Amino acid sequence: MNSVLKRWAEIRRYPSAIAGMMIILALVALSVYTVFAIPYRQAIQLWRGGENLWIENPRNAAPAWFNLFPGINLPTTMVIESQGSPERKAALDLDGLKEVRIELPVSFTFDGFPKEISLFLSARYQTADPYITATWITPDGREIVLADQSIKREASIRLSQDTRLERRLRGLSAEIGLFADPNRQGEPVPLKGEYRLVVDALLFAPGDDLDAKLVVYGQLHGLAGTDHRRRDLTIPLLWGAPIALAFGFLAAIGSTLSTMIIAAAGVWWGRWVDALIQRITEVNLILPVLPILIMVGTMYSRSIWVILNVVILLGIFSGGIKTYRAIFLQVKESPYIEAARAYGASSLRIIFRYMIPRVAPILVPQFVALIPSYVFLEATLAVLGLGDPILPTWGKVLDDAYTNGAIYRGYFYWVLLPSALLITTGLGFSMVGFALDRIFNPRLRGL
Amino acid sequence: MDTDALLQVKDLYTWFELRRWGFARVGYVRAVDGVSFELYPGETVAVVGESGSGKSTLAKTILGLYRPTRGEIYFAGKPVHQMKAAGLKEYRAKVGYVQQDPFGALPPFMNVRRILEEPLIVHGVRDRVEREQRIHRALEDVKLVPVEDYLSKFPHQLSGGQQQRLVIARAILLEPRMIVADEPVSMLDVSVRVEILELLRKIQQEYNLGIIYITHDLSTVRHFSHRILVMYGGKVVERARARDLVRNPQHPYTQALLAALSDPRAENAHTLKPVPPGEPPSLLNPPPGCRFHPRCPVRIEGLCEREAPPEVETPQGAGHKALCWLYHERGEKKEEVAM
Ligand SMILES: Nc1ncnc2c1ncn2[C@@H]1O[C@H](COP(=O)(O)OP(=O)(O)OP(=O)(O)O)[C@@H](O)[C@H]1O
Ligand SMILES: [Mg+2]
Repeated sequence: MNSVLKRWAEIRRYPSAIAGMMIILALVALSVYTVFAIPYRQAIQLWRGGENLWIENPRNAAPAWFNLFPGINLPTTMVIESQGSPERKAALDLDGLKEVRIELPVSFTFDGFPKEISLFLSARYQTADPYITATWITPDGREIVLADQSIKREASIRLSQDTRLERRLRGLSAEIGLFADPNRQGEPVPLKGEYRLVVDALLFAPGDDLDAKLVVYGQLHGLAGTDHRRRDLTIPLLWGAPIALAFGFLAAIGSTLSTMIIAAAGVWWGRWVDALIQRITEVNLILPVLPILIMVGTMYSRSIWVILNVVILLGIFSGGIKTYRAIFLQVKESPYIEAARAYGASSLRIIFRYMIPRVAPILVPQFVALIPSYVFLEATLAVLGLGDPILPTWGKVLDDAYTNGAIYRGYFYWVLLPSALLITTGLGFSMVGFALDRIFNPRLRGL
Repeated sequence: MDTDALLQVKDLYTWFELRRWGFARVGYVRAVDGVSFELYPGETVAVVGESGSGKSTLAKTILGLYRPTRGEIYFAGKPVHQMKAAGLKEYRAKVGYVQQDPFGALPPFMNVRRILEEPLIVHGVRDRVEREQRIHRALEDVKLVPVEDYLSKFPHQLSGGQQQRLVIARAILLEPRMIVADEPVSMLDVSVRVEILELLRKIQQEYNLGIIYITHDLSTVRHFSHRILVMYGGKVVERARARDLVRNPQHPYTQALLAALSDPRAENAHTLKPVPPGEPPSLLNPPPGCRFHPRCPVRIEGLCEREAPPEVETPQGAGHKALCWLYHERGEKKEEVAM
């Protein structure tokens, strides 16, 4: 206890260690929050559920906080609907028929155009399909008919993909043409003001009803933006933290512990056991880790747990074994081990209760510094397309960004956010690891 | 075979194979080279000799930490040298080991309770209450009282003397019949040495223990042992009752040792002085004949450098024996001739 407190007092002398520790704590807090706020099942479903789940999100939108930068005033996503707002809907009964008029106000004050615009209609009716007319009314009073058709129960009118509308808007696709200032020449410029979308529906039974929802997809969306499949990137960025920490921690502890046990066993039993371990290590050292992982990933499984086990397995006979061996050779000669033998402690007991506990604290700094290298390894594999097919991870986001040409299409946020998280994680652990190293290792503490 | 003896060592050899580059055998280090003695219950046998004479190797061989190259060890009539794992474990419960460096002998990451629990756990004492009782008793035996003050301390929080008491507590915890103490006080402060030796003696009397006491310290050895074996180059060169040996050393090596000790110019009378002149013998290539002959002031030319002397009864009698031609009829004859 005493010595723990003393170490803590020493650690506090390194500001970088404090900063690193705060980063680690923040990451842990974030992970805990994530795991509780978005349970695993839900996260997987959101990540893998397909576009219908994310229908109201734009594709490849940057984070909404971009608007906080001076000079930037880009549209965020607006969803305007009649459901829940009775004042937007007026109904008129015409013996047997029913006329419904829905007016959706769109207040547009941005310097840029939206990404996309879609109208979603949902009708409840008995027999005949309702007939609707949708009209766009601009602030300067122009009226543009967007649709004039009968609809089924659920209708998605993707205005941005309507080529006839595009022709009517003089070659501009809907999200631009509908908002462009007609009095400006050249590059279209948005006209700010109050727009309205009016849906007039003719329903063929008194009980029939209709609701409309207009989605004006922003160029900015949410805390972290969205990807090419409209998914909100907060999901993988948040979930990336617990996965990265768990992977890094488990891989580091798995390989460190097993390496330590193997090294201790080799030193304890010596002779051919030691020689065998040494030879395996030498062979393993020249085996390249990444190609093996790629092989496992392409030919067997990309599951993160399989990869984790392979990483640990490959980590057992790593270069660390030589360092541990040197330390254990010294520990083995300690009189207290001889004493333990003299009162009859078994070999296994000596290895696990006398040798490893002696050395384990000395290796804490190495262990801490090892964690980020495994976090990076996971990300590397993901970028190589060998990430876990199910889990939302930082590496996976980078992979998507890479395969979708994020950089040359200018979606920097897509690359920078996961990279920043990875780098921060690496930095946090390294800073703590370095400080611990300086505290633990100058004298190797009486070994 | 001596049935009363607690320990009987017969013609014991412990040689270490010396290899170059891990395989080419260079030879053997003859650390223990034909040692025989007995230890009786309640008796202390001291083993003295300069550094490298094989005292620790003898101790560790007796403890079963090294396998003897040749020879026999009987403990309470049972052959230790033939024991398999199970027998050896049982034997180890009956033999306590006290090492030279008390701090090194205690695992630094365990507290006192844990340190003392270990041997009990190893020997299958499952009951916590029983373990606790035995730990208390052992700590009381070594005067680490009040026990509660010590149980949760770590070795580095204890003084050297307290550490050695703890080591002794651990050694007697399993109620052994014999204790092997390898220079138990040489690393302690002079002021606590006698205290620890007194403690060992008290415990010995209480439990009728046999003690093998290895030491450099010739000044106190006669007060704390019944018999003394003098080792030189892996062999016992002289053995006698403690007082006889100190008063009337017979072997030239012992004589030199004791002469160095009583030298009035010695600033530090309780440590062993190098025996003039020359070096301790190489154990890898021991000199032919008597191992002491290159340094011996009274060697008999033509005999000592040719033939190894047998162990012979000295004129002192009473089991006072020396490994020296001087007390052999062949040596006596030669001497006459030389004169
Ligand atoms: N494990 C070993 N392998 C090889 N040689 C050894 C080993 N242990 C001891 N020796 C050698 O055996 C000889 C006797 O050593 P030992 O430790 O028994 O002497 P000692 O009388 O206890 O000396 P000291 O008073 O310094 O403790 C020495 O030459 C030593 O180098
Ligand atoms: Mg020794």
